Amino acid sequence: MERRYERNIPALSDQECRLLRSKRVAVIGCGGIGGYLIELLARIGVGYIRTVDGDVFEESNFNRQLLSEQPLMGRPKARAAEARVQRINPRIEVEPVAAYLDNSNAKDIVSGCDLVLDGLDNIPARRILAAACTEANIPYIHGAISGWVAQVGISMPGDGLIDVLYPQGVSFRDRSVLSFAPSLCASVQAALAVKMLIGRPVETGTIYYFDLLNQEFETVKLDLGKKD
Amino acid sequence: MIEVRLFATLRQDRERSIMLDSKDFPTVQDVLTHLDILPGEVSILLVNGFHKSLEAQLVDGDVVALFPPVGGG
Repeated sequence: MERRYERNIPALSDQECRLLRSKRVAVIGCGGIGGYLIELLARIGVGYIRTVDGDVFEESNFNRQLLSEQPLMGRPKARAAEARVQRINPRIEVEPVAAYLDNSNAKDIVSGCDLVLDGLDNIPARRILAAACTEANIPYIHGAISGWVAQVGISMPGDGLIDVLYPQGVSFRDRSVLSFAPSLCASVQAALAVKMLIGRPVETGTIYYFDLLNQEFETVKLDLGKKD
Repeated sequence: MIEVRLFATLRQDRERSIMLDSKDFPTVQDVLTHLDILPGEVSILLVNGFHKSLEAQLVDGDVVALFPPVGGG
């Protein structure tokens, strides 16, 4: 056991820590949610992280994005994520992809991963990600935020979770995001990711909904594919 | 009566819980129209804890829960 992971024990077993080091994940989006996801997955000891984002840092990112720093203005987020992970643990393999997810690259971006994590900021890209993960038979962990609210859920290949959350015609108007929303969202996603990667039980078909303004936390069980 | 529970931003300028007479609101869509909520403003729609569509029929005692879409990151 490397000393850097000794405080993972006994919440995780030695064997589970070793298992995490053998796992490969892709984090799609390296902004608000994605920045925290990458941090948490690197710190706990996931062995390979693909960091995907076509964007560069701008001033409006600073209120919430962990990876954003003044000297990085105009720099690619995917590469900032790589540098951050290398400063945490150079033994973690990082593959930065400085491109936006689209229909032409989605298959390659999720390819070869055990799990995909959603740090995206728009609905069309989430639909593309859901389709790519279904085609590749890879589960992914959805996360989204707005204002004071965060929502998280596991999507298994073909379960239609994204279609339920974002039916045609739906749109979100509130573009605000407060600093604690992405960190909460990513923490819940990362905990689910770790459980899935080490084979502990998780609930699928469920959305965890956090309203931090009203301090209300809801667990919504969706009968996916069974809507009346 | 029907109880309508609104979450997050759907509460702006509305109560968090609203009681309606089931006779006047046979479907979820009728509830949305009454509350001036557009279908595109609702992501998760539950009746008695089960995911339903706008066309779902309502009866006395039903609890409708409406969640707005959350899409940022």
